[in-house]
Amino acid sequence: MKHTISVLVENKFGVLARVAGLFSARGYNISSLAVSETLDPQISCMTIVVQAEDEKILEQIEKQLNKLIDVISVTDFTKKEHVERELVLVKINYLSKQKAQLDKFLKKFLAKVVHGKENTAIIEAVGEQEQIRQLLEGLAKFGVHELVRTGKIAMA
Amino acid sequence: MNGAQILIECLKREGTQVIFGYPGGQVLPLFDKLYDADVDFILVRHEQGAAHAADGYARATGKPGVCIATSGPGATNLVTGIATAFMDSIPMIAITGQVKTFLIGNDAFQEADVTGITRPITKHNFLVKDVKDLARIVREAFYIATTGRPGPVLIDIPSDVQLQEMDFVWPEEVKIRSYNPTYFGHPGQIKRAAKLISAAKKPIIYAGGGIITSGAHHELKTLAEKINAPVTWTLMGIGGFPGEHKLSLGMLGMHGTAYANHAIMESDLIIAVGARFDDRVTGRLDAFAPYAKVIHIDIDPSSISKNVKVDVPVVGDAKNILGQLIEEIKETQDISDWLKTVEEWKKKYPLRYADKGIIKPQYVIEQIYEATRGEAVITTEVGQNQMWAAQWYKYNQPRTFISSGGLGTMGFGLPAAMGAKLGCPDKVVFDIAGDGSIQMNIQELATCVCNKINVKVAILNNGYLGMVRQWQELFYKRRYSHTCLYNPDFVKLAESFGAVGILITKKEDVRSAIEKAISIDNVVVMDFRVDPEENVFPMVPAGEAINRIIGGLA
Repeated sequence: MKHTISVLVENKFGVLARVAGLFSARGYNISSLAVSETLDPQISCMTIVVQAEDEKILEQIEKQLNKLIDVISVTDFTKKEHVERELVLVKINYLSKQKAQLDKFLKKFLAKVVHGKENTAIIEAVGEQEQIRQLLEGLAKFGVHELVRTGKIAMA
Repeated sequence: MNGAQILIECLKREGTQVIFGYPGGQVLPLFDKLYDADVDFILVRHEQGAAHAADGYARATGKPGVCIATSGPGATNLVTGIATAFMDSIPMIAITGQVKTFLIGNDAFQEADVTGITRPITKHNFLVKDVKDLARIVREAFYIATTGRPGPVLIDIPSDVQLQEMDFVWPEEVKIRSYNPTYFGHPGQIKRAAKLISAAKKPIIYAGGGIITSGAHHELKTLAEKINAPVTWTLMGIGGFPGEHKLSLGMLGMHGTAYANHAIMESDLIIAVGARFDDRVTGRLDAFAPYAKVIHIDIDPSSISKNVKVDVPVVGDAKNILGQLIEEIKETQDISDWLKTVEEWKKKYPLRYADKGIIKPQYVIEQIYEATRGEAVITTEVGQNQMWAAQWYKYNQPRTFISSGGLGTMGFGLPAAMGAKLGCPDKVVFDIAGDGSIQMNIQELATCVCNKINVKVAILNNGYLGMVRQWQELFYKRRYSHTCLYNPDFVKLAESFGAVGILITKKEDVRSAIEKAISIDNVVVMDFRVDPEENVFPMVPAGEAINRIIGGLA
């Protein structure tokens, strides 16, 4: 099962390596990772989506993270009410004959064209993972060239 | 003051009396100031020796050990020693030189990303980029290394930082907001633990290295006697409970006593204190102690429920929690039947060996025990020598058995003995070694001789990498692939270092050689020619339940 964990850390060099190293050394899988400064510039927030087969592994991940000296707190969002979002950029075919159909589709997902060039366009969309999945599924028939996603961020 | 002087001043204020190390290009500024410093510096012959010596010093005294190496190869040579200390939770400060700040990342001469390399084998590490941070970092390093679950901390200091000048300011207080170890047990958990103990009919105490670290040996003895529970321990827990006590079961696990293994398998309550249910202890996990409820006392929450499901976890310092627990327990069950059963196992499956004319390694250990009246500090290498030293010497005091448990580092014993002897100069210190592992850091004989660190090295010389050979004999059809050793003449080798060498080939000469070694005011190397194919028994094959004991007389 996938868990979304938020980790507050000291904003120092090497901290990301410590966290990433912990995951690789202990054989845990990171599905996505987003890191940024918080309101307090001395603190960074890492939102990590992990694949944990059972509760025991998740418990270990949390405990091992807490053991790192630079980790201030660890929160598993999966256990509480929270908002989570991911941003994607998708480069697709943008042919004039499909334009109307595509715009209608994008509107449904609150997605928009942020860059257009000749016959392609870059689409930006924000949403929960399931919405993004549906969006990408729908876009497939227009012809997708490239895809970049931020990884999940979350807030409780 | 410059950075080097600030570092030395900080080390002194932290109570450092001895430093083990080796100079090199990027620590020249530091060594220039060490030249006049009022602190003992021991020049080792290999940086690995410095790390193990600092580790041995820490294990023998409870104080953090300090070692210094230069950048690049100097630092990488410390790595095995740092990992050894990390696995066994030993407080240690490793200081490494680094190339100048503006050269970092440039593949400069003798540059290595040492904070990167040591990240997974230190409790924490620091790269000092500005001298104004140095004093605070040293203070934090000692604080982190010695508190909570202790461990090694590395400080990487570029040579230009060692030369930067500033006024020295000693940070009186250390506070790290993200690091707050728990020391006292939660009262609710103590109550639940006490309730389980009061209800238990077949309790057993399983004690680990946490007893030694926390100094909880008195509390452990009080608890065991109060509830009358037998006590078994891990390799790291040796010395935490008196080996001669009537409730003692000796070590458990792969080479533990058969009675300790039977007792834990049949118990209805395991009181685990400062131990981590390592695979060498539990054997096959799903078959481990099927009838037992588990109370797990540990300062490291991540040790709890990692391998074995725990009924009552209690996070905190062992000494405090055992004290709380002793107060809380009001009554216990009549467990005389249980103790009788345990006694029967003790009688039925004693530790034994077949004593023939040839020198048996177990006999050598017994004789060292008798000759030193159990009052020596024993360090070991890794392999058969280590297991025999754990089984056949009775340790009644904490910090008298010093061995690489978690990492299992060959070459640990001699430099560790060196550190232990410096920490406890009034004690007799023996390194119980194998002919294989002694050769992994034998260069430290020079350090011992030239600093008059009179350790006694007992080589159980069987001409093999004995433990690997034993596994090959039992599980690989006696195909002794690369385990037979061609050895130097250890007596002449010892003499060439300025030490005394003694060759012992007859059983009747064992005791007198040991006594002679103790009486000689020099480093002594004893070359005991022991039974080449003696095995360590009892033994539980890896991955089996720990009551599936094979081989030998046990």
